[in-house]
Amino acid sequence: MVDAQNTVKKDKPVFRNIGLAQLIHYRLPWAGKVSILHRISGAVLFLMLPFLLYLLDQSLASELSYQTFQAITGHFLVKIVCLGLIWCFLHHFCAGIRYLLLDLEIGVEKSESNRSAIVVFILGLTLTAIVGLKLFGLY
Amino acid sequence: MPIYQIGPKRLVVGAHYGLKEWIIQRVTAVVMVVFTVVLLVDYCITGSATYEGWSALFSNQLMKLLTFLAFFSLFYHAWIGIRDIWMDYIKPVSIRLTLQVLTVLYLIACAVYAVQILWKV
Repeated sequence: MVDAQNTVKKDKPVFRNIGLAQLIHYRLPWAGKVSILHRISGAVLFLMLPFLLYLLDQSLASELSYQTFQAITGHFLVKIVCLGLIWCFLHHFCAGIRYLLLDLEIGVEKSESNRSAIVVFILGLTLTAIVGLKLFGLY
Repeated sequence: MPIYQIGPKRLVVGAHYGLKEWIIQRVTAVVMVVFTVVLLVDYCITGSATYEGWSALFSNQLMKLLTFLAFFSLFYHAWIGIRDIWMDYIKPVSIRLTLQVLTVLYLIACAVYAVQILWKV
C-alpha cells in the first residue's frame, strides 16, 4: 500500500514552464520590460552602494579629497560605469513614479499603462543621454 | 478562529508584514524623490559644481536632516526590494535566510558609512 502510494507520488507530472534558457524567448509587453529593468536597475544600485558612498565621501570630506573625487570620476572607464549607474537610477526613478501613479489608480487602463511604460523607457534613456553628454563634457 | 487564518488547519498567509512593507517602500520612495528634487534645484540655482558650494549645501542643518532621512529611506527601501528578489527567486529556506541576513548586515554597514560621511561635513 505504501509502495503503491509512493509510485503514485513519483508519477505526479511536474510542469516546469520556466527555464533559464527560455528567458530570451520571452516576449514581454513594455510594462513587463520596464518592470524587470526596474528590478535589475535596483539590484545594480544596491550592489554599487559602497562605490557610490565612497564617491560621496571623497566629494565631501575635504578640498583635497574633492580633487581625488574629480580625478576618479575624470577617468574614462569610471565615467562609463557612472553612466550605467545614472541610467539605473533614472530608469528606477521614472519607473518608480509610474508605480506610485498606478497605486493612485492613475493610468491603470491597458492602453494608458502601455503608453506610460514606453514613456518611462524613453525618458530614462533620454535623461541618461542628457546627463551623459554633460558627463563627457560635450556641452 | 481569526478571519486571516485561511485554511482549515494552519496559517497560510505569512507574517502579515506585507502591507506595512508595501507602504514603507512607497513612503521611502517619496522621500527620495523629494531629496532628488532638492539636489536638482540646488544644482540649477548654483549652476556650477565646486567644493565650497557642494560642502556648504550638506553642512546646512536642514539639508543634513533631509539627507539623513533620504539615506535611511534608501536603505530601508533597498532592504524591502532585495528581500522581494530573494523571496521570488531563492526557494530553499536556508539559502534565502542566509542571503537575507547578509543583505541586512551589508545595508547596516552602508548606513554606518553614510552617517560617518555626513558627520564629517
